[in-house]
Amino acid sequence: MQVAADLQKGLDVYAIREQFPILKREVKGKPLVYFDNAATSQKPQVVIDALVNYYTNYNANIHRGIHTLAEEATAAFEATRDTVQKFIGAASREEIIFTRGTTEGINLVAYTWGRQNLQAGDEVIISGMEHHSNIVPWQIICEEKNAVLKVIPVDDNGELILEEFEKLLTEKTKIVSVVHVSNALGTVNPVKQIIDAAHAKGAVVLIDGAQSSVHLDINVQEMDCDFFAFSAHKLYGPTGVGALYGKKQILEAMPVFQGGGEMIKEVTFAKTTYNDLPYKYEAGTPNIADVVAFKAALDFMTETGMKKMRDYEHELLAYATEQLEQIEGLKIIGKAREKTSLISFVIDKVHPQDVGILLDNRGIAVRTGHHCAQTLMERFCIPGTIRASFAIYNTKEEIDALVEGLKKAIKLLV
Amino acid sequence: MTIQQVEDEIVEEFSLFDSWDDKYEYIIDLGKRLAPLDDKYKIDENKVRGCQSTVWLAAEYKEDGKIYFTADSDAIIVKGLISMLIRVLSGRTPDEIINAPLTFIQRIGMTTHLAQTRSNGLLSMVKQMKNYAVAFKIKNSQLQ
Repeated sequence: MQVAADLQKGLDVYAIREQFPILKREVKGKPLVYFDNAATSQKPQVVIDALVNYYTNYNANIHRGIHTLAEEATAAFEATRDTVQKFIGAASREEIIFTRGTTEGINLVAYTWGRQNLQAGDEVIISGMEHHSNIVPWQIICEEKNAVLKVIPVDDNGELILEEFEKLLTEKTKIVSVVHVSNALGTVNPVKQIIDAAHAKGAVVLIDGAQSSVHLDINVQEMDCDFFAFSAHKLYGPTGVGALYGKKQILEAMPVFQGGGEMIKEVTFAKTTYNDLPYKYEAGTPNIADVVAFKAALDFMTETGMKKMRDYEHELLAYATEQLEQIEGLKIIGKAREKTSLISFVIDKVHPQDVGILLDNRGIAVRTGHHCAQTLMERFCIPGTIRASFAIYNTKEEIDALVEGLKKAIKLLV
Repeated sequence: MTIQQVEDEIVEEFSLFDSWDDKYEYIIDLGKRLAPLDDKYKIDENKVRGCQSTVWLAAEYKEDGKIYFTADSDAIIVKGLISMLIRVLSGRTPDEIINAPLTFIQRIGMTTHLAQTRSNGLLSMVKQMKNYAVAFKIKNSQLQ
């Protein structure tokens, strides 16, 4: 009964906050209010401990050593792969490739799958709300292959115009690479619909999950995407590590990405044979410590409860939207029907940078600028926005502090 | 007054403020009072790189042998910072500008207070002003 009662309860944000040591620090003499979670989240003690524990107790290179430390390190490294597989609902562990992050995952697909499958005149579709890291790799490969890059337009609410997407899809479309959740607007895109439509035309689909993986339940099999790329550091995990999911038969058919140790079976000067999945794409000594700590982050999320976290984040989003909308001259950019806990906004006659500096002076960290989505800012005819993005350790009191800080800033600046 | 004296004067003014709130209020006020730049100077070649906001900086070398700066920005705090730089460096000879210590930026705590990315913008402005001075000096020596 007690368990059932606990499950009913919402998230205990104060207990969560206790687990994040950085939240105790002050900035400019004020308690830190960290609202730049879409850039990177803070880390719970369990993640920090996992890193320290790895280096303190079992640091060794993985896979080849036969000594105890190497075995322990290998076991911990591979345990993360199993956890990632479960976390995103992949069919097998071979489909999980460790990368440096989302950007490297996308580049891996562009340079291997793209190089093998794109030909002159073929088309690649991305969307008008992509992060630069889901634009530039495709531009590079399209230029190399004389392929054409097409863009799904965005409407005034910050949603993709799906009718236009249907028109862009042709027999020439080879790959569709779209963001699951916009880092600049918070829009949740209808990826299932996009994937099904693309598959109907024989195109493969990559989903950029950098923002979605921390806020939504991810199941790559249900989604039926061909690739899914995400980063650990946005999910309370360490920086410098991420995972790329790819369907097994596609990964097997793809050429290798980087050459080196680990990714080979046998090397002679005449010919090298490559390792099996997933090692085929993991050349060189990987970021072992951070991969190990990545598991601690995923376990932390699962133990906290995905639904609890989501519900709480929605509560913060609703509260912040309501509070911010009351500020005169403030305009929220991106009013999609489905959003994650992120608000991008502009204020009449005020430059985002000025607001960012004045908020920082009150210990409040927000992001200002174009959020690596210059093309999207152009779409809304603005140089940039102020972005507040919320995580499970943020509170309504902190949102009140933001509102107060904004009012003071506006008073000074206008 | 020498550049050094103007710098000392600014540092003294800032020492009157107890808090950064007051310092920012003062900088914002300077920004608001800086004469706007004529639109004809708001061209790409006058843009200062390295700033999150757009900064235009124009320089004119007059017959008195001195350089006069005018500048503008769409962000007001940056404009206040430029206003201080102009106060120190405008109406000076190229040599004075090239050799200006500009320690006031550090002495008023600006470099430690502004995030690195924004300090870079400030340093870009200083660099651009000094570049103008070097360019005018070279041009001068070629004319003579």
